[in-house]
Amino acid sequence: MSAEYGSWEVVIGLEIHAQLATKSKIFSGASTAYGAEPNTQTSVVDIALPGVLPVLNKEAVHMAVKFGMAINAEVADRSVFDRKNYFYPDLPKGYQISQFELPVVGIGSIDIELENGETKTIGVTRAHLEEDAGKSLHEDYAGMTGIDLNRAGTPLLEIVSEPDMRSAKEAVAYMKKIHTLVQYIGICDGNMQEGSFRCDANVSVRPKGQEEFGTRAELKNINSFRFVERAINIEVERQIDVIEDGGEVVQETRLYDSVKNETRSMRSKEEAMDYRYFPDPDLLPVILTEEYRQQVKAELPELPEQKQQRFMDELGLSAYDAGVITASLALANYFETVAEKTGDAKLSANWITGELSARLNREEIEICSASVDAEAFALLLQRIKDNTISGKIAKDVLDAMWDGEGSADEVIESKGLKQITDTGAIEAYVDEVIANNPSQFEELKGGKDKMMGFFVGQVMKMSKGKANPAQVNELIRSKMK
Amino acid sequence: MSMYHTKSVTELSAMLQAGEVSSVELTQYFLERIKSSDDKLNSFITVCEEDALAQAKESDEKLKAGNAPALTGVPIAHKDIFCTDGVKTSCGSKMLDNFISPYDATVVANMRNAGVVMLGKTNMDEFAMGSSNETSFYGVVKNPWNLKAVPGGSSGGSAAAVSARLAPASTGTDTGGSIRQPAAFCGITGLKPTYGRVSRFGMIAFASSLDQAGPMGQSASDCALLLNAMAGFDEKDSTSIEKEVPDYSADLDKPLQGLRIGLPKEYFAHSEGGMDAEVEATIKAALDQYQAMGAELIEIELPNSGISVPVYYVVAPAECSTNLSRFDGVRYGYRCEDPKDLNDLYTRSRGEAFGAEVQRRIMVGTYALSSGYYDAYYLKAQQLRHLISDDFTRAYEKVDVIMAPATPETAFNIGEKTDDPISMYLSDIYTIAVNLAGIPAMSIPVGFANNSSGESMPVGMQIIGNHFEEAKLLNVAHKYQQVTDWHTRLPEEFK
Repeated sequence: MSAEYGSWEVVIGLEIHAQLATKSKIFSGASTAYGAEPNTQTSVVDIALPGVLPVLNKEAVHMAVKFGMAINAEVADRSVFDRKNYFYPDLPKGYQISQFELPVVGIGSIDIELENGETKTIGVTRAHLEEDAGKSLHEDYAGMTGIDLNRAGTPLLEIVSEPDMRSAKEAVAYMKKIHTLVQYIGICDGNMQEGSFRCDANVSVRPKGQEEFGTRAELKNINSFRFVERAINIEVERQIDVIEDGGEVVQETRLYDSVKNETRSMRSKEEAMDYRYFPDPDLLPVILTEEYRQQVKAELPELPEQKQQRFMDELGLSAYDAGVITASLALANYFETVAEKTGDAKLSANWITGELSARLNREEIEICSASVDAEAFALLLQRIKDNTISGKIAKDVLDAMWDGEGSADEVIESKGLKQITDTGAIEAYVDEVIANNPSQFEELKGGKDKMMGFFVGQVMKMSKGKANPAQVNELIRSKMK
Repeated sequence: MSMYHTKSVTELSAMLQAGEVSSVELTQYFLERIKSSDDKLNSFITVCEEDALAQAKESDEKLKAGNAPALTGVPIAHKDIFCTDGVKTSCGSKMLDNFISPYDATVVANMRNAGVVMLGKTNMDEFAMGSSNETSFYGVVKNPWNLKAVPGGSSGGSAAAVSARLAPASTGTDTGGSIRQPAAFCGITGLKPTYGRVSRFGMIAFASSLDQAGPMGQSASDCALLLNAMAGFDEKDSTSIEKEVPDYSADLDKPLQGLRIGLPKEYFAHSEGGMDAEVEATIKAALDQYQAMGAELIEIELPNSGISVPVYYVVAPAECSTNLSRFDGVRYGYRCEDPKDLNDLYTRSRGEAFGAEVQRRIMVGTYALSSGYYDAYYLKAQQLRHLISDDFTRAYEKVDVIMAPATPETAFNIGEKTDDPISMYLSDIYTIAVNLAGIPAMSIPVGFANNSSGESMPVGMQIIGNHFEEAKLLNVAHKYQQVTDWHTRLPEEFK
C-alpha cells in the first residue's frame, strides 16, 4: 500500500471530534438541537454571564464510557476537567472546558481492514470530553462579526489516535471505522454535513527505514472522508517536495482548502498558543467505579464486528457482503428488515450490496436518504421470488420506485411488467423462434449446448423480458425431444 | 421616631412576627437612614427603594397570613458581587457598571424565599480584590468609626453599612478574609462558612476554590438566622456540598464549660504578621473572658502558617486570571469606543475597564499558569495547600476551636497602604489560611485599640472551626456576646 509514496513513509495520526448525541449541553440544560435561530439555544451558563457555574451532564460521561468500553480502552477511575484558556469571540468564558492530563478514556485500539484484506490494529491514545465553541459568522455583517452561541457548550468526544496510519487510505478506513462505531453505540449521529463528526490530521513523512518521526503538520477541521484522503495526500506531496528541494518541514497548523485542493499555514509552532491548562476549580473530578464500567459494558449494543459475524454465521452471508452491510448501522438495519420480510438473506444481501448500493453511490447519499425504504424494497424482492417479475425486470421496477413512481406492485401494474407464466403464450414464442432459426435448432439438438442461450435470449427479447426464463428453458428442451 | 437601627435582626424578626412593626415601616426607616447618612460612608452602590418597598409590602401580607419564615420582612443589603435579577450588579468595577443581571444568585434567591427585603447593593473592592475597599470603581468606603480610616475589604461596603446600621445585616463574600477583616475593622460579626456550605452560583467568581459567601451582622445570633437562610446544597454549584443544614440558632446557648480553645503559637509569638501590641492585649482580654466561662486555653502549632500568604497569592490570582477572561467586551459589560480590530477590542476594553489591582492579579495569575511555570507555581501552591490543611486537621485532634486575631492591626487610614501592595496583602495574614483549608471562621468584636494614627478602632477576634462546625462557632461567639457588649456599640456619628 505504501508503494504510492515511493521511497517515503507517511505517518498519520487523527484527532476525531464526535459530537455527543445528548439532548442538553455538557455543562448546561440548554438544547443541543441543530439549526435553531442564532442564540436561541443558550442559557445564562452558555453565554458565560458573571457568576454562572458549569454542571456536568452525566449522560455525556456515560457516552464517553460507552466508547471506551467499545474499543476495550482503559476507562479512568478518576478524570479531571481542565480549563484551556484563550480569547476568541465565540468562546464565551475565555476558556474551553476540556480534559488535559486525566482524560476519561485512556489507551484502547480498533481494527481496520486494509485493501489487501489484511487487518491492522490502530491504537487510540485517549478520548476526552470537552465543550464545543460557538460560531463566528463573518458574512452578512459588513466589517463586523456575528456570534452564534447555539453550539457553545455542545458536548464533544475528542478521540486521539496513535500515529499508526501509513497512508491516506488507512486514515480514511480508521475514520470510517470510528464513524461506524459511534453510530452503533448511539453516542453520535455521525452527520458530517452538520459538523457532528470531523477531524484534524497530524501528518509527517520520513525516508523508509528511518525510525525517527519527521516533523509533523496538523491539518485542521476536515469534515468529509473524501477531503481527509485528499488533504493528507496533498500535504504529503507538499512535505516531500519541501524535503526533496533541500528544505525542512516546519511544525505548524495548516488549513485544508477543498476548493483549491491545497493546505496553507495557519500558525507556526512559535505562534502556538499557551493555553495555560489547569484543573477547573468549578468542577469536581469524575469518579467512576468498576461496577459502573461493567454495567456500561453490559449495556453495549451489538458492535459492527459482532453483527458481521452473526450475518455470516446465521444468515450465510459472505465475509465481504457482511462487511459491506455492517459498515453502516443504518444499512445493516435496512438489510435486516429486508431479509426478514423476504425470508431470503442471500437475495437481500445481493440486491443491497449490488443495485441499492450502486444507486446510493451514484447519488452520493446515505441509506437514510434513500427514496425506497426497507419495506418497499422487500416487496420488490418478494415479486422476484414469487415469479411476478424477473430479476432483470426488477431493476427497471427499482428505477421507477427510486423516481417516486410508486410501490413495486404499482409500477409492475402500470407498466404491464408482469411476467408471462402462461405456458401457451410462451410456447407460441418458442415455436416462432424455432421456425425462424431452423439450422440453429438443429445445432442445438446435435448437442451444441451453447445454442440454448441464444434461443432463451430470442424468446425473452420477443416477450420484452416478461417470459419466465425457467419456463422458456423447459419448453425449448421439450421441443428438442 | 423609633430607634429600629439599635435592634438586631433577631429582635426585628421577633417584632415583625409579633406585629409590633411592619416591614414597610422598617424598610422605609432604613432607606431613610441610607439617604441621610450614606454620603459620609459611600457604602452602597445601588439602593433599591421601589423594589424594597414592594418586597416589604409583600412580606407584610405574608406576615399577616401567618407561618411566615423567621426573616420575613427583615431588610438587608447584598454585596454587589451577587447577581440580582433586574438590578445592576457591578462587582465594584467599571467593567460591569452597565450590567443588569437577568438572574438571581442562589444566595439572593434563598434570601428572597426566606422573605428578606433587599435594600440595595453594597460597595466592595473591584471584583473582591482588595483589603481596604480602595480598589472600587465607585470610590473608597469610609469606616463609620473614623471616616479617615478604611472599612477593610473586600466586603467593606457591607461591613460599613452594618456597622453604621444603615442596614441591620448584609451578605458578604470571603476569599482570603473579605468578610472577617472588614467585620473586624468595623466592629461587627461576620462568618465565613465551610467551603461548599453556601452556593457560589451567581456570585461573581474571584478565586473559585476559595470563594465563599457568608453573613455579616450585629451578632452571632443574627449570623445564625441569616446562615439558616443562605446555606444549603445547590445543584447549580458542583462544589456545593450535599449535607443537611442544621438549625444554626438551636445550640447558641450551649455552655462552654470544658471547651478547648487552641491558640496557634505562630500567631501570638510576634514572629509572624507583626501583631500590634494593643491588639494583642485586647485579644488576650477576650481569651481571659473565655477562660472565666470555663474554657481551656491550649497552645497549638500551625507550622505551615508562614506559607499561607505566598500560596494564596499564587492560587487566587491564577484562578482570577481565567475567571475574569469572560469580561471581554463582546457580550455584555464595558466595550471600548471604536475598536480597530478584535485585538484592540480586547486590550482596550479590558485595559480601560479593569483597575490597577485587578490587572496586577490577572498578570500574576497568567504568569503562574504559563507553560513552564505551572509546575513551579500553581501546582506547587496547590500541593502546599494540603500542608496547611493538615496543620488544622492535626490541631482539631486536640482542640474544639482555634482563636486568633483577625488582623494584625486595627483599621488603617485611607491611602496608607495603596502604594505598597505587599503590606496590603499582609493585612490578611491571619485570615488566608482558613480559605486555603476550606474551614469556617468568624470574626467578632472584642474591644478597641489605637491604629497607626492613634485613633481608637475596633478589634476583631477570629474563631476558627473544623469543617461544617459553623454551629459550634456561633455558639462560642454567642456566649461571649451574652456577657460583653462590644457588638452592640455604635460609632458616635451613627448612634
